[in-house]
Amino acid sequence: MTVTAPDLTTLHQHAHRIRERIVDVCAGPEGGHLGGSLSLVEVLTALYFDVMRVDPDRLDDPDRDIFLLSKGHAGIGLYCTLAERGYFDPAELAGYARSGGRFMAHPTRSIPGVEMPTGSLGHGPALAIGFAMAARLAGSKRTTYVVLGDGELQEGSVWEAAMGAAGLGLDNLVAVVDRNGLQLTGGTESICRLEPVGERWRSFGWSVTEVDGQDLEGVRDALASAPWEPGRPSVLVARTTKGAGVPFVAGTPRSHYVALNERQHARARSALRRAAGGDRNG
Amino acid sequence: MADASTRHAYRDRLAELLPQHPRTVCIDTDTGLFTGSEFGDAGSRYLNIGIAEHNLMGMAAGMAASGWMPFVNTMAAFAASRAAESVKIDIAYNALPVRIMATHGGLSAGYLGPTHQSLEDLAVMRALPNMTVVVPADTAATRALVDTAMDLPGPLYARLGRKATPDLPDDAGLPVVGTVQRLRTGPDVLIAATGPYPVHYAQQAADTLAGLGVGATVLNVHTLRPFDVAGLLDAAAGTRLVVAVEEHWHCGGLGAAVAETLAEHQPTPVARIGMPDTFAQHAGSHEDLLTHYRITADAVVDAVMSRITRERKAP
Repeated sequence: MTVTAPDLTTLHQHAHRIRERIVDVCAGPEGGHLGGSLSLVEVLTALYFDVMRVDPDRLDDPDRDIFLLSKGHAGIGLYCTLAERGYFDPAELAGYARSGGRFMAHPTRSIPGVEMPTGSLGHGPALAIGFAMAARLAGSKRTTYVVLGDGELQEGSVWEAAMGAAGLGLDNLVAVVDRNGLQLTGGTESICRLEPVGERWRSFGWSVTEVDGQDLEGVRDALASAPWEPGRPSVLVARTTKGAGVPFVAGTPRSHYVALNERQHARARSALRRAAGGDRNG
Repeated sequence: MADASTRHAYRDRLAELLPQHPRTVCIDTDTGLFTGSEFGDAGSRYLNIGIAEHNLMGMAAGMAASGWMPFVNTMAAFAASRAAESVKIDIAYNALPVRIMATHGGLSAGYLGPTHQSLEDLAVMRALPNMTVVVPADTAATRALVDTAMDLPGPLYARLGRKATPDLPDDAGLPVVGTVQRLRTGPDVLIAATGPYPVHYAQQAADTLAGLGVGATVLNVHTLRPFDVAGLLDAAAGTRLVVAVEEHWHCGGLGAAVAETLAEHQPTPVARIGMPDTFAQHAGSHEDLLTHYRITADAVVDAVMSRITRERKAP
């Protein structure tokens, strides 16, 4: 449980190590969903190291905040964050996608800290309603966080739940849309237009805030101040870059699923080091 | 007991039990089965979330993962087809204690038509690991099922009807989840049935067969999953034919379960009485449709007698 808010430098250090581990896992034999994991790092860092009331040593705490990765294909991003947060030994990440291991591309509950299995898109929001309603009935102060991909918003079940959550007035529910603008084969706007994303959520009865999703401080401040309107669920539209931190794939559809070869892995790690150094110097 | 519908039996029993079980909730999708006032002071644990079956199943999973026991209400067609993926991934995969109370099962939707009939639900639900699948044959069994559901581990799919259906005789006793209920014993054939009309017709057929000198054992296969293999094999032992009777397409339902089990363990001739390979082609009441598609006592008798006639003709 976070007792005192960590300073921004510490948060950046966590984010840097999470990115390094994501890159390392995607250099493994199966590769992985690199781009959509990297775009989420600031959101995951803010939630797990500042905003959420969670404790790896008290997994069954009935009042713990709940995190659901509705865009389950960013499992690597979540695993690397959970490892950094102390849910399991980071050395276990080397077992990603290994036969007989527990780390599959999409999260399962066999991994400490994973509340629900996800991967088939569009399930997280309804699950989140259940966790949020359970908290309301129990009188718990739990907040439920659910992270969606932007391409995922093309699933109808997202909007069924969006309507339902607003109808129930669940202001203990916070959604984040990882608005990186890309899905597997191209741009969201050319495949199935999503804009105006914020207006769409607002019209469904949600309180909406938009933020630069790679701005750790801005993301943290926005999430920490939710709910922004009493009686409404909150959605943070995080404008992100798919593949953020790895320049040779960032902002491109090919970042979606990458198996980094040895040379690419070294280039990626080097770019992350440079960026971290720049942050510290800047 | 006067004949009534199994869905109303469920409603009435849940209205009695929910207030006594503080972790239960009832989530409705505007089915009209409940108003909320049934639950009295516990009315805050009744939620009508609107016409949203994916949302229903996911929400129920989230609540169950938080320690609640949701009874969720929709029609069988929408539980097993429309919301199938949410049932599979959110509920069954996590083995969560969600009670899916699915009304309008089989052909009971009658003239509402094939959009509201459910002739595949047992196949879908039987396929899912962790799921318990029950078809109560009458109101007493439905009430008993609600009682049992309060302690049953994992998810439950209960197929309920729409309008009044025949009750079993008062001396039939109550079925137990996971076991077949033997309603009578005869040496020649086994009639295995699931659901109110099929079980009723199985009993009628057994009466007719007795008059023709054929002794029939009748099983109410109340639980489709886990399937009571030992109970079926025991009842089928020594019989010349096993007839399965159900309101379901042949694929994946009771007849399939019976045939699979016997083929694997104790080969016995099987005849399947169920919905032929078609959507209902015209309007009709529940009973009209059963008669039209030959899910009847006569169909059972014919299946048995044609088998016996063939055996007699065989050299």
